[in-house]
Parts: sequence; structure tokens; C-alpha cells
Amino acid sequence: MNIIRNAVHGFGVARLTILGFFLLLCIMAVPLKLDVAELISSSLVRILMWGVLVLAMWPSISCGTGPNFGLSLGIICGLLGGIIAMELELNGFVNLFASIAFAAPFAILVGWGYGWLLNRVKGAEMMLAMFVGWSAVSLMKIGWLMLPFHNPEMAWPQGRGLRVTVSLVNRDMAQLLNQFLSFKLGNIIVPTGLLLFFLVCCLAVWLFMRSKTGVAMTAAGDNPRFAEAAGINVDRHRIIGTILSTVLGAVGILVYAQSFGFYQLYEGPMYMPQQAVAAILIGGASIRKASLANVIIGVILFQGILVVAMPVFNIFTQDMASMAEISRVIIQNGIILYALTQVRGE
Amino acid sequence: MSEHYLLQMKNVTKSYYGTTVLKDINLDLKAGEIHAIVGENGAGKSTLMNILFGMPVIHSTGGYQGEILIEGQPAQITSPQQAMSSGIGMVHQEFMLIPNYSITENIKLNRETLKHSFLSRFFGRNLKTLDFKSMHADARKALDTLDIGIEEYTRVAGLPVGYMQFTEIAREIDKTNIKVLVFDEPTAVLAESEAANLLAAMKKLAARGIAILFITHRLDEVMEIADNITVLRDGRLVATRPKEATSVYELAELMVGRKVEKMTRRTDQVSSGNIVLSIKDLSVRMPGEVVSGLNLEVRRGEILGIGGLAGQGKVGVANGIMGLYPSSGTVLVNGEKLPLNNPRESIKRGLAFLSEDRRGVGLLLDSSIEMNIVISSLQNQGRFIRRFGPFSQLNSKEIRGYALKMIKELDIRCTGPTQIVRRLSGGNQQKVCIARALTLNPDILFVSEPTRGIDVGAKRLVLETLVRLNEQGMTIIMTSSELAELRSVCDRIAIVTGGTVAGILSPDDSDVNFGLLMAGQKAGKELSA
Repeated sequence: MNIIRNAVHGFGVARLTILGFFLLLCIMAVPLKLDVAELISSSLVRILMWGVLVLAMWPSISCGTGPNFGLSLGIICGLLGGIIAMELELNGFVNLFASIAFAAPFAILVGWGYGWLLNRVKGAEMMLAMFVGWSAVSLMKIGWLMLPFHNPEMAWPQGRGLRVTVSLVNRDMAQLLNQFLSFKLGNIIVPTGLLLFFLVCCLAVWLFMRSKTGVAMTAAGDNPRFAEAAGINVDRHRIIGTILSTVLGAVGILVYAQSFGFYQLYEGPMYMPQQAVAAILIGGASIRKASLANVIIGVILFQGILVVAMPVFNIFTQDMASMAEISRVIIQNGIILYALTQVRGE
Repeated sequence: MSEHYLLQMKNVTKSYYGTTVLKDINLDLKAGEIHAIVGENGAGKSTLMNILFGMPVIHSTGGYQGEILIEGQPAQITSPQQAMSSGIGMVHQEFMLIPNYSITENIKLNRETLKHSFLSRFFGRNLKTLDFKSMHADARKALDTLDIGIEEYTRVAGLPVGYMQFTEIAREIDKTNIKVLVFDEPTAVLAESEAANLLAAMKKLAARGIAILFITHRLDEVMEIADNITVLRDGRLVATRPKEATSVYELAELMVGRKVEKMTRRTDQVSSGNIVLSIKDLSVRMPGEVVSGLNLEVRRGEILGIGGLAGQGKVGVANGIMGLYPSSGTVLVNGEKLPLNNPRESIKRGLAFLSEDRRGVGLLLDSSIEMNIVISSLQNQGRFIRRFGPFSQLNSKEIRGYALKMIKELDIRCTGPTQIVRRLSGGNQQKVCIARALTLNPDILFVSEPTRGIDVGAKRLVLETLVRLNEQGMTIIMTSSELAELRSVCDRIAIVTGGTVAGILSPDDSDVNFGLLMAGQKAGKELSA
């Protein structure tokens, strides 16, 4: 009995509930005669397209600034890089990597400034991050209207400014990674390129976290007073973590967008950070400690639920087609709320 | 015969989780008497007052044994409210005032004079208006009793500490039934002239028939105003003396005196060693432990003790030199100037530090033992790391091997090098801290309160480890509140009082001298001669 209790405690009641819910949904899918292979295929895609965005939470939690609710900043930088590549009429992989290359300098600069700002509000980072994110999204709406882009694929037919959604189909960008080397396993489609890209990102961040800088960053986040005493410059490492998170956000949105087939400007980045935050928290991270396992488990559970829940709910509640979306919001905000109540003062 | 005692404590005993912190304390207090209670930190003064004041910390840990009589009647004081209604008031060491309220409002808080207003006639008592006029009058009267000229409507925020103290006292004497007033180290935060004012006020209160319990460690103040003096040491009542029958020297000796168990260690003299660390005019702004203009020289190969009472600045010395709190002055390490306020530089020059705040500064509680051991060296000396051009990676194999070696050497009881430090006992956590400091191969090791919060067996082990390291050539500067501990391992002991070195004594010096230096009698040495 004690062993079970300890196991439950170790895994976390919230995680267990979510896992149970996920399994329940999966089991229900079978008697409801849903296409399981199809479900698994689309789960894989959704999990992997969100992967890098969730990965971006790892350095930000580790360096002590908490989950990056201001990930919108990175997302905007990524979109900006993507739009520049579109303006240059690049195609395919050239477009993708050029987008990343264009986005990176913006992300580094923005991340540095954002990190500097976070260092001035130690203890209230999450609140600030959320409002910085929202403000940036709103500010950038003006940017999307004013920036001098002329490619007719992206511009409104009349007037000036960029469209709300910019299609990537004409640039051979849609599902570029998803289809790269993809193969069928039975009836399941494996998006090899997407999988590889995510794993490479994970490996890179994992290696970074094991470097001297990464170790110092984790110590700075874990116990700033200890880090200071051990000769670590806490503020500097918090900024490094924030920059890394912002850059990953930029890369993440480009991966997401190519799978989705569109860049969503304007309101698009508004609520994306919350989903990524919820995912890593479901994976077992706290707002002060995270690991690669938290990222992977979290993104699988959270996005998996969303994919499976939609058709299941749709069968039960024909009249309420938005039930899947409602459940996403409940789970997402519920898990963030739960994680925030777990913060204990030392 | 007990009728004319206002307050009596009989055989009061208190233990926390099986450790007896107070044993058989007897105390009698007459109306109008000033009774001083003196003792070192941890002697049990505060616990005794907590019992008297019915603090929850006492009752949530099993209460106390013994009897308290108020005016001859047995009383069970189980809450501060009850203590107050029995006529016991307390002036706290840390001010319990609301900064943005005026002096009057603070004095009258929760005891406000009320009058009817339009709304209260309909909605009851809670909507009555405060009668500021009568409240101000009461406050004025209380302040006048203390001879304080300050206006009663001044806001407390920004007042000098002396006035805050008087506001607290005014609040207590404004209570109509006050019989016993407890002053918990009231002069600790005051300047000399303010302290003199306070003592005068205490005398005046006593003359009005209020009994005063005065907790302090300033012996000269005790001799100035107390009628009777009780000395506590290690939770026991050592002596109660009328003022006329004692002297500062006797009190100092009673306060400190205990058998000192000398640790066996090498006997060769270190007095000839050259100076490795020279501290000139060091000031450290560490809250609660301010160092101001301290001078000290440390010889190679010695164990130098830094003792003194809490709050006098002994802890600030090491924290300042290690760059953890803003400091100024000159510190020479092996004749070279050490850049202050920069922990990295301190570590680079061969200094290492075992913090007194083990859980706050000393450990990464949620990281593994091995990471805790290697991280300082890894960050500052580039050990345990493999370099690939601009990139670096942890050398897991080397770290694991080294951690296992240290765990064995220091006998750290754990399930393995990857166990999280939070789960270790206090003694084992301290050993992890020692292991990290040793990994830096320091020339000079600062240790602060190395045995605080760890059990007796582990205490001995930690001290033995320090002695062994010293024998291998490491210079150790040990700060401790436990004088006995310092006297058992140190070559010399500097007593820090008021932020500076009051004097340097040999561990074999008399208890009187230690007591006098700690109590702020600067001329201790000459007086005893």
C-alpha cells in the first residue's frame, strides 16, 4: 500500500489523472470504431510539430525565470524570419533554413532584452512574461501592417499590410519536414523528417545543458544565492537561458507552420505559449525544475489527448462540436493552475 | 508568603523533541523590581519568555512542565492574548509595528476607543468610528510617561529605531492592567544615548510598580539598573544574585563558564607562521550581522576562531570576504589585494567557504550529491569537464569516480552519488558542503557555524575533519556561536563585538575574559589583570 502511495506521489496525482484520461480516450476509440492508425498518425504529427515549442520551456524553467509565458516573442521572431524568406521567394528546404537563419538574430536580440527585463522583476517573472507576450503580439499587429513586404502571396489584394494567414503551399514548404523520408508502418504514417528535426533539437539542448554554461545556468535557476557563492554570474545565465528559449520559440513556430501549411500572423501567437507551458507541466516539470523527459512526456500526453479527444467527443456530443476545444482549454489552464499552486516557499 | 510576588515561575522545564532546552527554572518577581536575565545565545532566555508569553511555538511542541503563578494564583498561559489579559506585556526585539500607521494608531491597534456614528446605530459595533481625540490623548499620556517629546500623530515609517522602541513600550504601558513588562534585548538596536533614555524610562516604569524582566547580554546595563540578576546557561539557571552581591566579572564567568573539552591535535606552535590573510578596515553590510571597520590578521596553518554574540557581526566577516554581501576595506591574501564583492575572485585566490546558511546558500537541494560536490570547482577551475573547442561537456565518469571517493572519505551516508541532497540528514549535508569546499583545494577555508543543526555524533566528526585538514596544512577560519566548540579546536579566538574585533584570546583564557569581551567590555584584558 505504501509502495503504491509513494509511486503515486512520485509520479504526481495530476499527471496520473491526465494519463488515465488519455488512456480512457484511447480505449474508447476502439469500440467507437475510429480509425486507430489515422489517430496515431495525426497524433504523431501534432506531437512533433509542437515539440520544439515545448522544448523552449526547458531552458527558461532551468535558468530560473519560470515557464516562458512570453514565448510569443520568439514566435514573432520566427514568423518574421519566415516572412523575410517568403519575400525573397525562396523555396523548400532553402526557405526553411533561411527562415531560421533570418529569425535567429532577431530572436537573440529580443531574447537578450527580454532577459534583461526579467532580471529586473525577479520573483514575478511569469506575470511580467505574460503581459510582455501579449503586448508584443499586439504591437506586432502594427508591424505586420507597416513592414515593407511586397510579395503578392502575402499582401492583402488591396491596401497595405500582410494577410492574416500566409500559405506555404506555393513555396513547397507545406509539410516539408513531415514528408521528408516519411514511410508507412502498417497504416501509420511516420513523419520521419519532423521526428529527426525534433530529436536533433532535443539532442542539441541536452548537450547544452550538460556543458559548463548549462550547468551554471541550472544552478543559477535552482538556487541563485548558492550560484552567486559558487562564482556564477546569475543574471548573465538567466539571460542566456531566456535567449535560448526565445530562439527555440522562433525555430519551433517555423516547424509548426510548415506542418500546418500557413503562417498565422496577427492573433496567431497570442495563446500559443500557454499550450507549450501546459504541456511541459503535464510532463512533470514544476515551475522551477524541468528535464528533457518532462518535455517529451508532456508533449505526448497533452497533444495526444487533444488529437484523440476530438473524434471521441464528436461522436458523443454531435450538437457540441466545440467540445474538444473546450476540453483543451480546461486541461491547459487547469494544469497551469495546478502547477502554480504547487509552488512552495522554502 | 508568595502573595507579594507578582510573578513566580517554579521548576519550569521545556523540551523540544526530546532535547531539554530549559530545566528547572525558578524565578520570583516583585512589583517594581527590575530583574535582568542574562545568558549567551541559546542559553534559553527566549524560550523562557516564549513560555511566559504563551507563544504558539511552545504549545505546538508539547507545552512545558512546571508552574507559573501570577499574584500567587496558578496560571496556565496558553496564548499571547491570555498573557496580555493577565497583565504581561512584551517589548519585542524586532519591532511589531505597522509602518504606515501613526504612533497613536500603533499604540491603540485593536484596542481603539470607539464612538457611535450614524451607520453604527443601524449596523452594529463594527461600524463605529474611532475616537481619535481620546486615542491621541491616551497616546500622549503614555509617551509623556516615557518623557518622549515626539508628536503622537507622526507616522512610524522612517522614525529612528529608538522612537520605534519607545512606541512599542508606550503601547504596552497604555494597557491599563499591565503588571509585568518583558524587554527582549531592547538595547541591541539602539545607539548609546537612546539606550540611556530607555534605561531611564525602565526605572521610571518600575517606580510606578510595574515589574520588569530585562533580557540582555550587556552586562554594564545590567549592573546599572537591575535589582536582581538571573544567569542562564545551557538551559539551566546558574545563579540568581542581587546586584549588590555580584560584579560584572562574576556574571561574565557565570555566563560563559563550562568545562572545555580540548580536542587532541598537533601541538607544534603556529604562532611563527607568516600572515596569509590580512584584513584591514573591513566593513560588510550584511543585514543583522554588520561588520564595521574590522582589522584581523590570520597566520598560515592556524585555526582562527571568530566568536561573539549573535548580531554582533562575526558571521559577516567570512560572508564579506567571500563576496556574498557588499563590503569595503582592504583584504590581502598572501600579500596580494583581493578584489571585494566578487565571489569568483575570492574562489580563484584559494579561499573557500562553508556557509552558515547551509540550506539557503550552501547547497543545491534538488541536485545530486555529485553535482553539489563538483560544481564550484567545475565552474571556477574547469575541472570535471571535457573541452571541444568552444564547447564543453561534463565528464560524467570523472565526476562519478571523484564523488564516490569523497563519499567514502568523509563517510557521507547516502544511497549513492545521484541521491538528491535534500533527502540527507543535516550532518551529511554538511559533509557534502565540506566535500565541495575541499574539491577547490583551498589555502584558506572559512567555516561558519559548522555544527549548527546537526546531531552530537556528527558534530564531533565535522570538527575532527576540520582538525585533520588543518594538520595537512590548510588555514581555517571558523566562525561559531558555540564558544566551547571554538575553544576545543582553535589556536586563537577573536571575539567580534559591535562589528569589530573586541579582542583576541587564547582558548585557555579565563571564562571571565571571554564573557567580558562578548558583553562589550572592551577593556576586558586590562581589567582582569
